Amino acid sequence: MIGVSLEVAGLRKEFGERKVINGLSFSISSPGSLGVTGHNGSGKSTLMKLLSRIEYATAGKITLKDGEHEISPENYIGYLKMVAPEMALYEMLTGYENLQFFARLVDVEWSRERADRVLERVGLAGRGDDMVGGYSSGMKQRLKYAVALLPEPKVLLLDEPTSNLDEQGKAIVRSIMAEQQRENILIVATNEAEDLESVQQVIRLGE
Amino acid sequence: MSSRSSGWVNKARAVLVKDIRTELRTRYSLNALFMFAFTTLVVVSFSLGQASLGPSILAALYWIVIFFASMSALAGVFIKEEDTKTAQTLKLYARPSVIYTGKLIYNIILLLLLCLLVTPLFVILMRVDVPDLSLFIVVILLGAIGLAGATTLIGAIVSKANVRGALFAVLSFPILLPLLVAAIGGTQAALADDGWVGAANDIKLLIAYAVIMIAISVVLFDFVWNG
Repeated sequence: MIGVSLEVAGLRKEFGERKVINGLSFSISSPGSLGVTGHNGSGKSTLMKLLSRIEYATAGKITLKDGEHEISPENYIGYLKMVAPEMALYEMLTGYENLQFFARLVDVEWSRERADRVLERVGLAGRGDDMVGGYSSGMKQRLKYAVALLPEPKVLLLDEPTSNLDEQGKAIVRSIMAEQQRENILIVATNEAEDLESVQQVIRLGE
Repeated sequence: MSSRSSGWVNKARAVLVKDIRTELRTRYSLNALFMFAFTTLVVVSFSLGQASLGPSILAALYWIVIFFASMSALAGVFIKEEDTKTAQTLKLYARPSVIYTGKLIYNIILLLLLCLLVTPLFVILMRVDVPDLSLFIVVILLGAIGLAGATTLIGAIVSKANVRGALFAVLSFPILLPLLVAAIGGTQAALADDGWVGAANDIKLLIAYAVIMIAISVVLFDFVWNG
């Protein structure tokens, strides 16, 4: 069975005179995983934003395919989710309300049971009714995983996946990463060697 | 309604409900809107004392209060998303048209609430006689929709900038001028009892402004939001 594939060709991103990504190419198919590493400022986070279409490339092409069918960029929403430090959730909503809001935006059928399952998966069982503004930074990071996992994305992008997490949180994230790459696509941007241990290929930016 | 369009409506409603819920918990925009409007009205009414004002001055005063009060809060729907870093999350979960529609309806509701508070206070404090109430209400409704349509898009543009306050005022003034002129004209006709015929041109302009502004915003919002 042909799953989802992501192909990047000649990707370039410039901020004024500064070239952050210069002619990057790679491809990955499901099931599979890719690690992206490089020094600070080498363009890891920028690459994740380009892949998720939060930002646009200066040049080059990103192609997402479901089988033989090419997905148009406006339909990436249904395929791709990301967890990143600069992507926040609503602090004036509870954990459940955040999950419900984002579930409705991506046509995921909402139920307390489903939310409880995903909260339990990230170690936040029993905290769904608490206001997110009262969460610790590690709990907020865990909730971001819950929100991203709710629609069961075909492509999961993780930028600094274990930042703000304690040992238990890191173990949970690594099990999520292992599960994701068993059936779908996982792309991880990090400099933590332990986070890259399980990925199938690694590219180094800024060299 | 097809499942695709009902899905789109449900998503826009989710954005609207989220904004209303967070606003009711913080009261950030509501407090700013109502305090500005109330303070301005009370100060103007005390300053004028027993002086009797004509319909044209009363109409201008009414829309000055609505305009400046709305400037203090309507851009906030996008600025809050940028400041709290939720804008990027939202981009990953919803199409721009869904976000714009939810935010536009939220701003229309906010502005209508403001008009609902300001109008009776204005009538009482300024001792205004409204001979044509239905025309008065229609002009206010159309003016509020046009004002919300324009400020929602301007708010999205401004949220990306560093000098937001100055940019919002500079961008708003030329865009909102035709709307304010028509709204003041229509309100003046309602207060002077010129009837619907007397206000026909202003009402046509208000309808055209609201339709054109919202249509342009839907098209441009993709570029602004993803820019």
